[in-house]
Amino acid sequence: MGSKSGGSVALAATKRDKTRSLTWLGVLPFFAFVTLFLFLPSVTLIVGAFQDEAGGFTLTNVRTLFEPQYLGAYRTSIELSALTAFLGGVFGGLLAYAALTGGTPRFLRPLITTFSGVAANFAGVPLAFAFVATLGTTGIVTQFFSGTLGFDLYGSGFSLFTFAGLAIIYLYFQIPLMILVIAPAVDGLRREWREAAGNLGASSSQYWRYVGLPILAPSILGAMVLLFANAFAAYATPAALTSGQVNLVPVLIGQVFQGDVLSNPHQGHALALGMVVVIAISTLLYTLLQRRTARWTR
Amino acid sequence: MKRNVSWSKLVWLLLGALYFLVPLLATLQFSLEEGRGHYGFGAYTYILSDPGFRQSIWFSSKMAVGTIVLSLALVVPTVYWVRLRMPRLRPVLEFVSVMPFVVPPIVLVVGILTLYQGAPQWFVATPAILLCGYVIHALPYVYRSVDAGMQAINIHTLTEAAQSLGAGRRTILLRVIVPNLRVALLSGSFLTLAIILGEYTMASLMLFSSFAVYIAYIGQSQANPAAALTLISFALTWIAMLGLSAIGRRSGAEQTQIGGAR
Repeated sequence: MGSKSGGSVALAATKRDKTRSLTWLGVLPFFAFVTLFLFLPSVTLIVGAFQDEAGGFTLTNVRTLFEPQYLGAYRTSIELSALTAFLGGVFGGLLAYAALTGGTPRFLRPLITTFSGVAANFAGVPLAFAFVATLGTTGIVTQFFSGTLGFDLYGSGFSLFTFAGLAIIYLYFQIPLMILVIAPAVDGLRREWREAAGNLGASSSQYWRYVGLPILAPSILGAMVLLFANAFAAYATPAALTSGQVNLVPVLIGQVFQGDVLSNPHQGHALALGMVVVIAISTLLYTLLQRRTARWTR
Repeated sequence: MKRNVSWSKLVWLLLGALYFLVPLLATLQFSLEEGRGHYGFGAYTYILSDPGFRQSIWFSSKMAVGTIVLSLALVVPTVYWVRLRMPRLRPVLEFVSVMPFVVPPIVLVVGILTLYQGAPQWFVATPAILLCGYVIHALPYVYRSVDAGMQAINIHTLTEAAQSLGAGRRTILLRVIVPNLRVALLSGSFLTLAIILGEYTMASLMLFSSFAVYIAYIGQSQANPAAALTLISFALTWIAMLGLSAIGRRSGAEQTQIGGAR
């Protein structure tokens, strides 16, 4: 009798094991795909960054990243991303506030969110050409400045194909992205807080200084970090526009692998690894800020 | 004071509108210019009659549809299964789905090209390899909409109800869960459509002639047709986004519209 019950327990156990292994089968295709096309390629890059051309281990590639040519590219990329993240954050935040809070006509809201969706996704090659038509040497605005205002933009040192020009273009997708990301937080500002502050005698600037901005600060900072990573990863826009005149990391990587330059692919792997490290740090920062925001938004 | 506030709002909105509309108007004027003060649709007829235009837009449309189908086929059953049976795996899934943000397209494409350097020709020399890269690229957006959709419906109750009526796994997924996810699946698809139709980075490094690669090629030599293409591309993004917001309005939920730069 004892042996009989023991047998049925063992049977139940094998049955449970069987269903458990079948349960795992359900997620197998997804994880296999992600391993093949996301993890293994990433690992290949990391390994490649530490290899010399014969395949042996070396630190030379990573060390070379700190030489002026590459370090300069990282600095320019980081400066451009930080500048457009900051300006995009400020202007996007102001626009979101102007568009989404009380007193603004109702029909504007869906118009602005949909347009932001379009503009945030309208990046890359077409965006570069739109700005060539606007601020290029024969662009409409450039001609307006010289013809109507008598001011020669390009004579004064401005060019679309420089750091400043790229910054103006990047804002075209940074500002809308800010509007989309910050909208829930702006919506979360409750009218009661403002009324309560007003009842206690606070002026509008005092309300913002002591209530509004402290509440929004983690969301705004988090959104700016997201904008930073977004600009840092952008390749199509600068590649189509400047073809390497502004020294940016993604453009350098593209050049290494498009055979424009006779260069060591492992150096390209190291450049890519550096990019991933910078974005990973900002993503970590974003996650931490997001955790703080969760307290206020429901 | 109240009036003051709304005046400053108005000024900001007008400045914003100026910054966002002027480049579009400038592109429109550029695309209609035919030299010496003449205007016409020459650039558009030139583009529409160019076989390269039709081929590239057909290529990108096929890639977009392929990406949507393949990523939904991978993500929907996985999210369903994890929520139903393996809830402890959810953080892992979430982590994997934001990974493509950390490994941006320019890095991913280099990794894929390096890894599959010596792979068989039927994979490396065909758009199959690009399709796999696109599925990874679209993963964060597809995952987010599918996961939000599953969150909104009670998959446990639906599954049990269907099981008690004798439905098998496949029937439950395809005829009970998927129809209830309609809105989420559509919004994920429209976003993916917008992203893939304009994708340049991976296509150009893998040497495929996508729509964006074609625009860049035209832009190297012909400014006015390039302006026309820019507007066409803007209109396509606009259509995809209108589709997205139309779904959002009907379902009464705000949709994620964030695609990000390429």
